[in-house]
Parts: sequence; structure tokens; C-alpha cells
Amino acid sequence: MTVSADPDKASFKPAMLIYDTRYRSMTIQIFVLIAFIIFVFWLINNTITNLFELGKPIEFRFLSEPASYDINQRLIEYSSRDTHLRASFVGLLNTLVVAALGCITATVLGVFIGIGRLSKNWIVSKIMAVYVEVFRNVPVLLWILLAMAIMIESLPAPKAFRGDTATASMYLSDSVAFTNRGVYIPEPLFNNPIGDISLFGTSSMRFDVSLDLLVILIVFFGGIFTSFKIKKWADRTQNITGVRPTTWYLKALVILVPTLVLLWALGFYLGYAELKGFNFKGGTHLRNSLIALWIALSLYTAAFIAEIVRAGILAVSSGQNEAAASLGLRPGRIMSLVILPQALRVIVPPLISNYLNLTKNSSLAIAVGYMDVTGTLGGITLNQTGRELECILMLMLVYWILSLSISAVMNWYNNSVKLVER
Amino acid sequence: MKTSFVLSGVTIAGLAAGAAVAGTLDDVKARGTLNCGVSTGLTGFAAPNASGEWEGFDVTMCRAVAAAVLDDANAVQFVPTTGKTRFTALSSGEIDMLARNTTWTFSRDVDLKFEFVGVNYYDGQGFMVPADLGVSSAKELDGATVCIQTGTTTELNLADFFRSNNISYEPVPTETNAESQQQLLAGACDVFTTDASGLAATRATFESPGDWVVLPEIISKEPLGPLVRHGDNAWGDVVRWTLNALITAEELGVTSANMAEMASGTNNPEINRLMGTEGTLGEMLGLSADWAQKALSVGGNYGEVFEANIGEATPIGLARGLNAQWKDGGLIYSPPFR
Amino acid sequence: MSEHAFVRKEIVPEQTPPLSSIGIVGWLKANLFSSWLNVALTLLASSFILYVLSGVLPWTFQSIWHASSLTECREIAMATWGKTHGHACWAVINDRWVQLLFGFYPSHLYWRPIVALLLLIVALGPVLFSEAPRNLFYVTAAYPFLLPWLMWGGSLWVSVSVLLGFLVAYIVIKYMVEIFGQLLGVIAAVFAALFWWTFLGAIFSEIAISVLPLSLETVTSRSFGGFMLALLIGVVAIGCSLPIGIILALARQSDLLIVKAISIGFIEFIRGVPLITLLFVASTLLNIFLPPGSDFDIILRVIIMVTLFASAYMAEVIRGGLASLPRGQYEGADSLGLDYWQSQRLIIMPQALKVSIPPIVSTFISVLKDTTLVSIIGLMDPLGLSQGIRANAEWQGIYWELFAFIALLFFVVCYSMSRYSMYLERKLQTDHL
Repeated sequence: MTVSADPDKASFKPAMLIYDTRYRSMTIQIFVLIAFIIFVFWLINNTITNLFELGKPIEFRFLSEPASYDINQRLIEYSSRDTHLRASFVGLLNTLVVAALGCITATVLGVFIGIGRLSKNWIVSKIMAVYVEVFRNVPVLLWILLAMAIMIESLPAPKAFRGDTATASMYLSDSVAFTNRGVYIPEPLFNNPIGDISLFGTSSMRFDVSLDLLVILIVFFGGIFTSFKIKKWADRTQNITGVRPTTWYLKALVILVPTLVLLWALGFYLGYAELKGFNFKGGTHLRNSLIALWIALSLYTAAFIAEIVRAGILAVSSGQNEAAASLGLRPGRIMSLVILPQALRVIVPPLISNYLNLTKNSSLAIAVGYMDVTGTLGGITLNQTGRELECILMLMLVYWILSLSISAVMNWYNNSVKLVER
Repeated sequence: MKTSFVLSGVTIAGLAAGAAVAGTLDDVKARGTLNCGVSTGLTGFAAPNASGEWEGFDVTMCRAVAAAVLDDANAVQFVPTTGKTRFTALSSGEIDMLARNTTWTFSRDVDLKFEFVGVNYYDGQGFMVPADLGVSSAKELDGATVCIQTGTTTELNLADFFRSNNISYEPVPTETNAESQQQLLAGACDVFTTDASGLAATRATFESPGDWVVLPEIISKEPLGPLVRHGDNAWGDVVRWTLNALITAEELGVTSANMAEMASGTNNPEINRLMGTEGTLGEMLGLSADWAQKALSVGGNYGEVFEANIGEATPIGLARGLNAQWKDGGLIYSPPFR
Repeated sequence: MSEHAFVRKEIVPEQTPPLSSIGIVGWLKANLFSSWLNVALTLLASSFILYVLSGVLPWTFQSIWHASSLTECREIAMATWGKTHGHACWAVINDRWVQLLFGFYPSHLYWRPIVALLLLIVALGPVLFSEAPRNLFYVTAAYPFLLPWLMWGGSLWVSVSVLLGFLVAYIVIKYMVEIFGQLLGVIAAVFAALFWWTFLGAIFSEIAISVLPLSLETVTSRSFGGFMLALLIGVVAIGCSLPIGIILALARQSDLLIVKAISIGFIEFIRGVPLITLLFVASTLLNIFLPPGSDFDIILRVIIMVTLFASAYMAEVIRGGLASLPRGQYEGADSLGLDYWQSQRLIIMPQALKVSIPPIVSTFISVLKDTTLVSIIGLMDPLGLSQGIRANAEWQGIYWELFAFIALLFFVVCYSMSRYSMYLERKLQTDHL
């Protein structure tokens, strides 16, 4: 910008708003702003007019009315007499569960496949390449439907476990059952539980936090924290004396013993699933809609993550590899100490967008009847109440907040691994 | 510069779709086609065949209206709708009528502001189980896994039924009927619940239908019928009386076979009024005098449409039951043509 | 001079490498059995492949191609192999493949989507392959106007009149800029084009139609379906999102605070929500947002929402392309005395767009894959049609065959495009070295 002289107030002419670069950007911006505001008002005005004609003014009262439908997977207590808001909340938690599970497995699988594609074994690298191409180039909705169909068709029905002529049996000394209704695994139970804390009273957001779980987590992470302290102490000792004290048994002791003692005190035992009546009873039931969605999203996203990991590893110059080898590091340690930390900087940003994609793709849950927030708030609630505008706006808001939080967390992590340039 | 896609698209859309300002009847006549909302695929009621033509019980209803109004049973633009999109499509004017096995309920009529013009199929929600499950009543289903299609009234009925009988169940929602069937066949659910007609249709296509029983309980009333928007009574009348014409024709014994003969004049004044040879009923609707003949020429009277699409001779094999004429002990009853 | 006992006078003949390191044996040793771990991996992987193939191959190839219903398929399978499971019933594909490709498009007009597809390939030629003759760019420029004409029918003059609107804008820019300066010139051009489209264009096309119709039979967009619909949504969305994406990307990079904020807000909002919610908006809300009485049909509404969706991603892709240009390019353009639009048009955009082509192709692939979601709101894309086909009494209960066919369709198209984009990426890399 040419700001050689202060603009002369007296000589200001309206034409300068257009021809003078000092003022022109201001003029453009004001016009854009005005146009934008007019556009938004136009939209709002249309909406209000149309809704008035339809006789459906915007209101959120329906959220406090009984939902009247049941949800099979609920992490919190819910019955068909609860409100639509509560049903949406149950759905939101289901979305979070499948997104979190999916991100974890997709990352593990993706790293494994990405490294596998660089394997020197021809057949392994080819299999991984085929995997990546097949999964990347077919729509994820098809994979979800296929995963569900395979779960249903290939696993035995619960009745196959019944009677003397049972054709299927449970695994791991009768603790795990794979059925086409889902997988039943043992659930942790306590003989003398401490109880729950109820949050948010009796509102639609009420939430019970298990104190048992809370205490166990606190003690466990306390143990891990202590073991870090022990490691620091060992480092210090090594720096001073040159001899590193053996600490692994100390670490195991501080992590395991308090946790085990606590579990014993709570009367911990595993509740096994048992075939009773039509279904397995007891245990934790991972429904096949959850598993199908989880597997399909993980496999699909893993194909993308694999490519990112491969690109990240290839981006680390081969000199790093050779230098590390010349220092006498073993291949495994080269990967974990030299290559991966450097590759991570290339990997993390695209990884974030894949996590976002996975979370957004989890909205396809309705295709297999998994009751996530799209299935409850944007599905049954929308259908039963006919409040499209309110439901869809809330749904978009939920996903938007979710995406923003994931980006925020991952960006924070990305900044912490970023190369600090000096 | 490629934005012209949208612009020229809009121009073309403007040619194709008229604005929903004037009366729907005038719109349909001006447009020359009837936009009719149907299901995305429900055996016997609406499904596209190999040459892309829609067929089924609900589809014939659309065609009958098109024939009555436009004198062309093929002047119908079928708009497949899902449970979610069907009401918006109707209220936004995208479709002129909805014939998609939709249950007539208070809230849909009053709150969503639709006008159900009649009932073309009396249905009720039932349960189907494998015979070897050894269940003879729905009340024995405590703890069972139940497959339901989402986006319908069935899931509400189901929740109410199990709750009022104080028994537990595990709902397995599915997006389409086909997925429910697949789960049921594989044993992933013990019970399949939907409208009784759907159960029969589903059972008929199984490899061995004898292995499946439909339980005696019918837990809901599902009067299914075509619907239009509130507030356009002229159009509502056209659809209502087209349906009634099909029903009355069966009652009076007018079939596609003897229609030409009946149209030349009979001793029964009501048949004459229906056929348009007496009175001005067609004119009152704003249609031609022989509108009912045209509607009947599509697939015959109500009974013939029923038999051709979902009746006992078809793979679906539904008995008339509640849907028999009132004279035969059913509920199908049309107000008189007078 | 020292004496040497032996000095070789001739060169030793080249020896063949040991048998174990060449040919098949050597290749096997190097690539499959180089260590015990590798041997284990090889065995594991090959048994996995064998297991998968032993399940899939008999199903795929011991199959039934001619039958009129699933029941008949089962009877044939029973008669031939003695069991009904484990044999594909491709008869359903044989019966319905045309429908899966074209939806409900009138069968005597199938040549139109085919011509549109061929023209698309020709139009993309000069963009995608630098060896293609440059003259083809005229086809590229005309294609956006030919496509709607071919697909929807009507008169060519409608498209021509839309095209003329751009011509009007161009002429106005050319002459007004000299008189009124850049900003006013552009504004005047926009208004002139709008004026043409709203008033003069209609008159022009009416007159032209009465002279020479050049009309094709009109096909309403509700008859669109099958893979054609997926491709159409994908192509139109990407085509329209390119200019919108460029504008958004420039806005996001600009110094104008408000413009920048609006652009960021739009991009981040669209990228933050799943496509399915945008499709819900298309299917239930878009008509509510527009003035009362306006009625786009569902396919146009879906195209609009998918275009908005793609624009946000396109903007990010182009922003990436802009960011990859070295600073010197901008400074060089400035030092030549070019103004903002000149430098964008002549220096920055040609380079940024060129490096953006591979990610644009990837965006297209992902948009094309995402078009399957329209089946959830009831459009008859291949997945939606498969529901309709299964609802027919003849094919009720068929499952895998339809999915396999649809997956294959998508795989072939997406895979070939991703190969192309990789080829291009490699080529662009060498270009820069």
C-alpha cells in the first residue's frame, strides 16, 4: 500500500472510495457485508414465511415430550417414556463411542498396513496395496452394508448354541460368544460396589457416573504417575552414578498392587453371558450394528491412514535411516526412535482430517440401524414429530461442535510435536 | 463459468415443475403429469420392474387418479420417498399426492396438516416368528429380539405393546424391509414385526414359507390411504372420489371386463352416475363426465386391483379379510355416488 | 621398474551370477524367503489369499446367468449343484444392469447420456493430458452448456442464451473497465449479465426457437437414476464447485477481514458437518429456505447441496495449491506491475490449478463415492435402485450380487481415476525438478 503521505482530509472526494486503493478495500468490504446481511435476512425471511404458511413455527417444545420409542444400545438409562432430548443424548453418546473406537482401530490398522506396504516381502506389500485400493475406491456406505451382511450371514444364531445338538459353542472357557446378534463378552461386576454419582438431577441430561470405575481409574493412573517418577529417579541415578538401577519390578508393583487390592476390596468378578430364553443374558453385549459400523469405518479409514503413514515414512530422508543404522540401532528401534517421530510431523495433519471424516461417516449408522445421533435426533424423532428444521439444525450443530473439538484437540497435539525451529 | 449448470438447470426445472400456488388440480392439468409419491420399494405396493415402470397396489392408485384427471394412466411422475422425506415432499408441493402405505393418525392429520382422503387398505401390526421357536402368542416374547423398520409408526406401537404388557424386548431397527428379512432369515432376530400385509408378503417370498408363523395378535390399527395437503379441497375431492369410484365399482359389480357394456347405460342409476351417463358428477369435480371410467380402465375396480397386486393369486397371497366389501363382512365402504 | 610375476593381459569374461540370485529363484529368495520372518509372512499371506479365493471364486464363477426370478435361480442351483448356497445368481444383473446404469431414463434416449459421457472425456482431455490437442479446449468451454441440453433435453438455444450472458459480461468488462475502472466495470458486467439472463435471454431464445427449434425431447430429472445419476451429481458438483472453490480460496487468503471471515465461516461449517445432514437439508429444508412458491425438484436440490459441499473441499484444495507456490511468484507478478486480478489470472492461478489437479481428482473420487448417500433420502442411485429391485416379488431376498455389481462399478471408475491422479502427480513432480 502506498502510504507515503497522510490522506488529506480536506481533499477527500467520494470518488476516492472507488479509485483510491486506501479506501477501496474498505468500500468492497462494506458492500460485501451489506450483501451478506441482506442474503441472510432473505433466507430467514423466506424460512419464517414458509413455516408460517405450513403452520409450523419454530419451537423446541417437542424435545421435552416423551420419545415413545426404544433404543437398543444405551450407555445411560433410558426408556420409551423419556424425552426426545434424552433420546438424542443417548444417540450422541453412541456416536461418540463408535467414533472413538473407530479412530483407535483405524489408526492401529492404518499404521500396520502402511508399514506393511513398504515391506520387503513382495506378497505382503502386494496384499496391502490391494487392500488399500479396494477399500479406498468403493463407497463406505457399501462397506458398512457389507460388513453388516457378513456379520448376519456368517455367524451362528443364538439358537445354534442351544440344546444337546448345539452347532456352535462359546470361546475362552465359555466367556465369549460370537453370534449374529453381536458379541457377548464378560462384564465387570462388583460384590460390594460404592455406588454412582448422579449428575444433573432428573433433567434429560442426567448422567450416572460409576464411583467404582472412577476410583479404579484414579488408583491406576496414580500408579502410572508414580512409575514415571520412578523412571525419572532412575534417569537421575544413571546420570550421577552411570549405573541404571533395575526398576521394572518396582514399576509393576506400584501400578498393579494398589489396583488389584482395590479390585479385591470391591469384590470384583466377571459376569458371563448365558443363554437364557431367546437370547444370551448378562455379560456385555456388543451389538452387531455397532461392530459392523465399527469394522467398516475402521477398515475404510485405515486404507487412507495407511497411505498417509506410507507417505510420512517415505518423506523421512533415507539418510536418517542410514545414519541411525550406522549408530548401531536395531531396525525396530530405528523405526520407533528415528523414523516415526519425524514422520509424525507429516502424518498428523492429514490424520486429523481422517478422524474428522470417520466421525462424520459414522452418521451412516442409520443404514445398519445403529442408533447414533442421526438415527435418533435426525431419524426417529424427526419422523415422529415432523420438526425437520429444528431437528436438522440441532443435528448439524452437534456434528459441528464435535468436529471443532476434534480439530482443536488434534491441533494442540500437532503443535506439541511440531519441529521447534531455532 | 460452469455455474451455468445451475442456471440452465433452473430453467429446465422451471419447465418441468410448476409452482404450487394455484389449485393442485389446475397445476396437474397444466403440467400434464401427476407427481405421485410412492415408497422406494415395497413388495406388492410399489416397485419398479425391469423396464423401469412402477407397479403395485399404491402405484395403481396413482395411475387411476392420473387417468381420471389427465386421461392417461402413464402421465404419472413417480417420486420415490422414504419414511423421512415423504411428508416434506407433500407439504412442499413437490408431489401432488402421497400413496405410500401411510397410516392415518391424528397428529399427521392435524399437526402435520395433511388430508387423508380415505382408506385403501386396513392393516394392523403383527408379528412373525419361525415355527420352531415354539411361540404361539406375542405375550410369550419376553426377552426376544425384534426386527423393525425405522421411520414408521410400528416402532411406537411396539414400544407401547411391550411396555403395557410389562415384558422386555430388544429392538433391532433396520433401514429397509429387505434388511429386516435378511436378519430374520439368518436368525439375527427372533421376531419380525410390521404391518400384517408386509408380513404375508415377506413370508410368501421365503424359501419355505411353512417354517414361519404369523402370531394371532394384531397390536395396532393401521388404516393406510392416500393423502394430500390440507386446504386444497378441490384436489382432495378428486383423489377421494377416485378411490371411492374404484370401491363403488366393485360393490356395483362393474369390472374392467364389463365396463364398456355398463357404460352404454344400465337400469341401475348409481352405475349410470358413476359411469357418467347420468348426472354431472364429473363436472362437479372439474373433470370429464367419464372420469370414473378412465380411472377404472387402469386396473379395474378395487377388487381387481387388490387381486392383481397383492391378492391370493399373487406370490404375496393376501386374503381380503378386513378389506372385503362391507357387504361381505369387511370394512371397505364407499359413500354413495349421488 | 619392478617385475611382476603375473600381469593379466586380457579382461576376465563376465560370469553369470549364481543361479540362486537371478531368475525366478533369485526373485523368490529376495522377495519372499529372505529371512525366517519373511518365510512365515509369505506362508501366512498366501494361505490367506487361498482361503479368500476358495470362497469367492466358486461363488463368482459357478453361477447362474439366465433366470427370471430368485426362486428359479435356486431351482437351477439345486438341479445343477445340489445346493442353493454358494452360487451367485447373476441373472438379476443380467435382468437389471441397464436399469442400474441408466435408472428410469427413457430407453430410446440412452444415446444422450452416452454422448454426454464421451463428450466429457473429450472435454477433459486437454485438462488432464498435456499431449491432447489444444483445440479441444473449445469443447471444454462448451461442455457446461452442452451437458444440461443433452441430459435434460429442451432447446439448445436455452443453453446458448445462457452462454451469451457470459459473452455480454465479457464485452462489458472489456469496454467498461477502460472507461470506469476495474471495480465499476466488473459490477456493471455482473449486472449486464443478470439483466440478459432475466429479460433479454428468454426473448432471444424464444425467437431463436421459433426460427430453428434444435430441440431434444425433454427428460425430467426425476427419471434420472442408476450409476448415471451418481456420475451426473459428481461431475456437475465438481464442475460447479471449481469456480466457487477458487473464489472461496482467494477470499480466505485475502486481506479483507470481512470477506475472509465469511469465507472461513462457510468452509469450516460445511467441512464440519456430515454430507448426510446436508442431504437432509436438500430433501426437507431447502424449499423452506427459498422464496415461497419456488420448487426445485429433489435432484436439483441434491446437486445444489453436493455442490456447496464440494466447494468447501475444493476451496481447501486450491488454497493448498496457492500455498505451494513460492513467494517469489507473487513478488515477481507484483514487480511486473500487474494488479491483483491480472497477477491471479496470468501468474498465480495457472500454476496453482495445475498442481491442484491431482487433489481435485481425489475430491472428485470422494464426491462420487459420497453420492451413494442419496439413496438414504430416496433417490434412485444404484444403491437406491437395489432396494427397489429387491422389492420386486421376483428378486426379493437377493443381496450379495447387487452389492458386488455396484461395488465393481464404483471400483472400476474410482480406481482408474486414482491411477490417473498418481500418474499426474509423478509427472508434476518431474516437471518441477
